[in-house]
Amino acid sequence: MTSSAAVEVTGLRVHRGKRLVLRDVSCSIPQGSVTGLLGPSGCGKTTLMRSVVGVQIVSGGSVTVLGSPAGSPGLRNRIGYATQNPSVYADLTVAENLRYFAAVLHAPRSDVARVIDEVGLGGHESQLVSSLSGGELSRTSLAVALLGKPELLVLDEPTVGLDPLLRDELWTLFRTLAARGVTLLISSHVMDEAARCERLLLMRDGELLADSSPDALLAETGTHDLEQAFLSLVRAKEAV
Amino acid sequence: MNTSILLATTARILNQFRHDRRTVALMVLMPSLLLILLRFVFNSEAAFSRAAPALLAVFPFAIMFIVTSITTLRERTTATLERLMTMPIGKLDLLFGYALAFGVVALVQVLVAVGISLTWLGLEIGGSVWLLVVIAGLDALLGTALGLFASAFARTEFQAVQFMPLFVMPQVLLCGLFAPRSSMTTVLEWLSNVMPLSYAVDALTAVTTSSEITGELVRNLVIVAACGLLALVLGAVTLRRRTP
Repeated sequence: MTSSAAVEVTGLRVHRGKRLVLRDVSCSIPQGSVTGLLGPSGCGKTTLMRSVVGVQIVSGGSVTVLGSPAGSPGLRNRIGYATQNPSVYADLTVAENLRYFAAVLHAPRSDVARVIDEVGLGGHESQLVSSLSGGELSRTSLAVALLGKPELLVLDEPTVGLDPLLRDELWTLFRTLAARGVTLLISSHVMDEAARCERLLLMRDGELLADSSPDALLAETGTHDLEQAFLSLVRAKEAV
Repeated sequence: MNTSILLATTARILNQFRHDRRTVALMVLMPSLLLILLRFVFNSEAAFSRAAPALLAVFPFAIMFIVTSITTLRERTTATLERLMTMPIGKLDLLFGYALAFGVVALVQVLVAVGISLTWLGLEIGGSVWLLVVIAGLDALLGTALGLFASAFARTEFQAVQFMPLFVMPQVLLCGLFAPRSSMTTVLEWLSNVMPLSYAVDALTAVTTSSEITGELVRNLVIVAACGLLALVLGAVTLRRRTP
């Protein structure tokens, strides 16, 4: 393991039921980077993220996060995780949700106002989560992940259903966090988000097709956009 | 265990109730409404006084069981539990946080039911009213703890509702409400002896008939409390940080 890797995955295999959903996945996520995890729905993105945050039962291989095995008790207030389905309480207000999770994380109370501001939910503090729109709901869930001082953020499709302006603001926030040294692993199934990442992990059918930067990927495949690069990688893989 | 996280969890659950007034009203009033119904079904204060103590145990027990198992299942099936399991919260913090929040609701529920039974429905008790409240409250907590435990075995809310007849009804049938436990056949009496609700009903019956605090009464209370605690600990064991 190099000292600059925040996450080191080696030979990870995961079964869900009888199906092998991750087959020997190995990758390394540099500290302070924004890494995009891309691939079609059902390719194993969420399973890989669950393995990194330590809630997935794995069949083989190892996952090292910030120097400790994934799921170690010492990691629990160093990682921020936002699940794909918004994981907040629908029958609480935005602020009540954040205050509860802040208490669990021993984060200062002032964090609540900070994260509300960061995800652009100002004015919605006392609104019940069940009355929020889809985009506001996923931003509430994202805000919980930003509480405390996480060194690693694992965000499962955080920008789904957001209007382009908000999406842009969130990516600016992600880059600001990375500049502070926070490592971000962000999944998406939309290729146009890939260009915003420094590093890309391309997945298909439980396997990693590429662990590279967008520019290197374009150069390697001789294509002009990432969608084409992905297709070219899939075809190359199937031709073998 | 971490007290501040535990209490934050209790506060969070009570806050959730605050936003759901209808559920609170149902939980607080339902046992009382059923007791009122029963009083008029019997149409006799004496007959009501014989059945009521057992039902002061059964109704809160059954209602808290179902409410708790559905609420915790909701936490398990929405992603909030998965998120909490990545955070520095202990499993017991979460479960005791739940038990404490539901315990508060259960206590209100029992106070209302006992109050109405004594003042309006003509329930006569020989022992201490407060002991009656303590036993009924403990019993509601037992329902809560069993509900927390049972929710681990349900994948959907539909299944959780089906656990109510499985976990609750046999205990109600065998607790001595319909036939004295001593008159049951050996197998049934043995079954009745391993069901915690039987001891709660025995304790309530003892309190209503006599003011004496016997060793048997204390033993029964300890059994009910221990079963509740055991169910909570088993619930913590079934709660997994890592899932398939």
